Amino acid sequence: MSPEIAPLALHEQFANPNQQRETASFGMWIFIISEMMLFGGLFVAFTVYRMYYPQAFDDGSAGMDIVLGSINTAVLICSSFTMALAVYSAEVGSRKLVSAFLVLTMIIGAVFLAIKFTEYYKHFLDHKAPAVWFDSAGPGGPKIELFYVFYFIMTGLHALHMIVGIGLLMATLIRNLAGQITAAYYTPIEVAGLYWHFIDIIWVFLYGIFYISGLHK
Amino acid sequence: MRSDILQSGPASSISGEYEWFFWTMVTVCTLVALGIAIVLVYSMIRFHRKRENQMGSQRQLNIPLEVSWTAIPFFAFIGMFAYGAKLYFDIERPPDNAIPIYVVGKQWMWKLQHPGGQREINELHVPINQPVKLTMTSQDVIHSFYVPSFRIKQDVLPDRYTSIWFEATRPGKYHLFCAEYCGTKHSGMIGWVYAMEPHDYQAWLSDGGAEGSLASMGQKWFHQFACANCHHFDSAGRCPDLRNLFGKPVELSTGETVVADEGYIRESILDPRAKIVNGFQDIMPSFKGQISEEQVIDLISFIKAIGPQSNIEQHTSPGSVPQEYGNQKGIAGPGTVSISGSKPETR
Amino acid sequence: MQPALALVPKNYLTEKQGLLSWFFTTDHKRIAILYTASITALFFLGGFFALLMRLELLTPETNLVQPETYNKLFTMHGIIMVWFFLIPSIPNTLGNFFIPMVIGAKDLAFPKINLLSWYIFMLGAAVTIYALFRGGVDTGWTFYTPFSTSYSTTYVVAAAIGILIAGFSSIMTGLNFIATIHKMRAPGLTWYRLPIFVWSMYATSLILVLATPVLAVTLLMVAVERLAQVGIFDPALGGDPVLFQHMFWFYSHPAVYIMVLPGMAVVSEIIPAFARKPLFGYKAVAYSSMAIAVLGFLVWGHHMFVAGTSVYSAMTFSLLSYFVAVPSAIKVFNWTATIYGGALSWDTPMLYAVGFIGLFTIGGMTGLFLAALGLDVHVTDTYFVIAHFHYIMVGGTVMAYLGGVHYWWPKISGKMYPEGLAKLSAMAVFLGFNLTFFPQFILGYLGMPRRYAAYPPEFHMLNVLSTAGASILGVGYVMPLCYLLWSWKYGKEAEPNPWRATGLEWKTPSPPPTHNFEITPVVTWNAYDYKAQQEELQLVP
Repeated sequence: MSPEIAPLALHEQFANPNQQRETASFGMWIFIISEMMLFGGLFVAFTVYRMYYPQAFDDGSAGMDIVLGSINTAVLICSSFTMALAVYSAEVGSRKLVSAFLVLTMIIGAVFLAIKFTEYYKHFLDHKAPAVWFDSAGPGGPKIELFYVFYFIMTGLHALHMIVGIGLLMATLIRNLAGQITAAYYTPIEVAGLYWHFIDIIWVFLYGIFYISGLHK
Repeated sequence: MRSDILQSGPASSISGEYEWFFWTMVTVCTLVALGIAIVLVYSMIRFHRKRENQMGSQRQLNIPLEVSWTAIPFFAFIGMFAYGAKLYFDIERPPDNAIPIYVVGKQWMWKLQHPGGQREINELHVPINQPVKLTMTSQDVIHSFYVPSFRIKQDVLPDRYTSIWFEATRPGKYHLFCAEYCGTKHSGMIGWVYAMEPHDYQAWLSDGGAEGSLASMGQKWFHQFACANCHHFDSAGRCPDLRNLFGKPVELSTGETVVADEGYIRESILDPRAKIVNGFQDIMPSFKGQISEEQVIDLISFIKAIGPQSNIEQHTSPGSVPQEYGNQKGIAGPGTVSISGSKPETR
Repeated sequence: MQPALALVPKNYLTEKQGLLSWFFTTDHKRIAILYTASITALFFLGGFFALLMRLELLTPETNLVQPETYNKLFTMHGIIMVWFFLIPSIPNTLGNFFIPMVIGAKDLAFPKINLLSWYIFMLGAAVTIYALFRGGVDTGWTFYTPFSTSYSTTYVVAAAIGILIAGFSSIMTGLNFIATIHKMRAPGLTWYRLPIFVWSMYATSLILVLATPVLAVTLLMVAVERLAQVGIFDPALGGDPVLFQHMFWFYSHPAVYIMVLPGMAVVSEIIPAFARKPLFGYKAVAYSSMAIAVLGFLVWGHHMFVAGTSVYSAMTFSLLSYFVAVPSAIKVFNWTATIYGGALSWDTPMLYAVGFIGLFTIGGMTGLFLAALGLDVHVTDTYFVIAHFHYIMVGGTVMAYLGGVHYWWPKISGKMYPEGLAKLSAMAVFLGFNLTFFPQFILGYLGMPRRYAAYPPEFHMLNVLSTAGASILGVGYVMPLCYLLWSWKYGKEAEPNPWRATGLEWKTPSPPPTHNFEITPVVTWNAYDYKAQQEELQLVP
């Protein structure tokens, strides 16, 4: 049974636990804003080329696997749900549930990655992997390749963030097992949750620009 | 000859406006900087501490002062902006009667083509008191065409055209520099602009252009690359009629309308799938890799020559392949002298 | 002052000893010193390249180095000076050391992230220096495409990755500062009681966090394009080289404010301290810092007036560029008004601060020329621009950095620097700087383009003057390196508050203890409030 209130590891630089809590949360928000600028730069570049080459980019998007993409989106939204449940469990002091939901979130995250890498492999087999094997024979070839370049860079960067996120959840799990996350102080998991949700939201936008935009074809 | 003398000082039609603005800015800024410097130096001396434990006046706020030194610079800056924008508009908007000269930059040289076919490398001969419009592209990286004495500069980009114009006012020899770093011999990508008296310029023109005007060269390529096989000079062909096209709006299959300018013609030759004319099929092959930038320029000159401002009825009849232009008005055939003393070839 | 026989209390330097205690420290003051050592070394490396360039430019022909080498020299000079000196300089040295102290905190919000940021900075520097040793980069620090992506045969990817890595160090620093300033101020220290140092560093941090990620993705795309040979910015493959310029300058323009705002931060501390007078127009200066940060994001297109963008785009950026000049002007006037009527001394920090005002004003005014569209057409891409940004970066930021180092030296080291030598080197710096860079305005107006290894003979004389100035400037920089290091060991012991300044940092011993304050201060006075602290500081009007 976990104690109701565990001793808080107050870091030296903070005057009181409240300050530590607020600062940690605030810090993660600033980080998320910087990440928005990171992905934002790529979204802007993509949008510029979409405006230049609407047909080629529509063709590129039409060649994506909408089924796998939609499944992946659902998968990731589920993982955000389990993550939210993990944070809630921490709020109410259920250490076991926290571990369970964290593990579940990590597994679902791994499923997302597995589907993603399957998609990459399929693109490779379809000769749609820029630089590695890309057939630009069709109309507007090099411009469609540009679509795929952005696809691989942006979803690749997202996947990298997912991997880091899973690592972060692992670290949070370890802290939870060590009893450092309690109802009195659950900021670490709250902060990890913020990161996880952010990565999810980024994916939703990626899904929109890569999978949905060419659907009308 | 006078144009061999390296001239310093500004020598173009906008340089009067430029110098006036520049030196006014210098005067105003110097006065303000001096003012601040005087206050600083005066203060450092006049208010030097007399005792080690001395404290200064504690005055720290004066709203009228703050408002003044916010508002006055602000309005001064608006004035600077307005003047700079006006000058910029003048620099960027060529007059209609400018001589069209084409520039191709590549690592590490400038290639220039006059309408009459005269070609130059790293040198540009122009007449004084006549506007000259340069339409430029790069074969590789970004360069920049810079003639300090004319106060003009324009980046030269690959795969598109940029342009700048000037009117030389003083005969002389003026530096031409590449002003955008472009690799190893960037500082060697330099040359000269020779501004000449009109009669000297005519004499210079007649020495060159042996191959014929750009337009007649373009006509040659038009046959050689078999453009003529599809682009008949009638409305019945599989391909758009290129007469009366240059400078006119074109409706595309997407519903968008674009103007048929130099960039459009170039793109149509090198990447025809990018824009399809409404009512026509996407069947034109690309000539990328088969045709040089200079040949593209020749073709553009030809398309201009059969454009709206010229007398094309004499040169074309429905369904026929256009013949040699020979002595037709305004366009020189191969081997003949270009531009007469009257107005230069229009765009 | 401690009795000679009593136990000397430990300070942050003596509390833990040994190399490991430095390389695994989380103390913001020690991390500041780690950064100082790194950026000083990198500064002299970048300066060495500049020296070679100026020696080459002594003569019109290329005779000292080949053009290929010259191109690498100006590239590496730019990359090292911008990303590995100027951007980290004041924030990661003086900012790291003094932001917590000035707000009454024990450390930054995230000390471990602070240490991590140094390691990441060093990793980025190592990768970039690797590119240097493998043969260098020759694209210019601006990496314009398609030259950098498709034509250069040098180590572009390594350099881009090195810079990208160092960028993450910047983001971490900015994040740390923002969190610290928001959440860790001492009781009673409201925003409007904060010294301007904090306001300006806060504004800098906003830019660090928001702009740097865009650089990261831009360089990432350049690296991907080069490695995978795809055409993101290559027109031959459908790419747009002008898009690169937009994305690059979207970061790099705010970056110049990352470089100058900290300089302004330092000057805003030095002037009240040596005039013994509150900073004139406190709120105006505070708001101006924020205005510069915000407006700085809206003007990137002024680097592209001749790049082939539309006339209307150019006009918009020109107008906005004039807007961003207003807050800088407000600051200059307020600093001047602070000095007028003060009780001034000519101590070295004050010399550097006054020098900053003069040189920054000249640099800023030449910015007005560049913002004027019609004028910019002639002088852009020439030595006029080079002179402009060196006046601000070197005449501004570096002088402010040196001023700050001297101002806070007693607090950092517990020793005084030798004032005579310091004044001498300040004068060498000021004279050398002007001799180096003023002729370059003239060269630019006369038409000498940038990045030229060889030039026409009529530019010879001005280049000789510039090189002569550079040698004096170099001496002026080496001198502080020598006497500051000397004073660390042999200098006179410093009091807690040798300048009788008002900031919280001066209420601690010199050097301060590891946790800065034994008792957290409670602040009930405004910044620069000499009147409130008159008795404590033993000052008389």
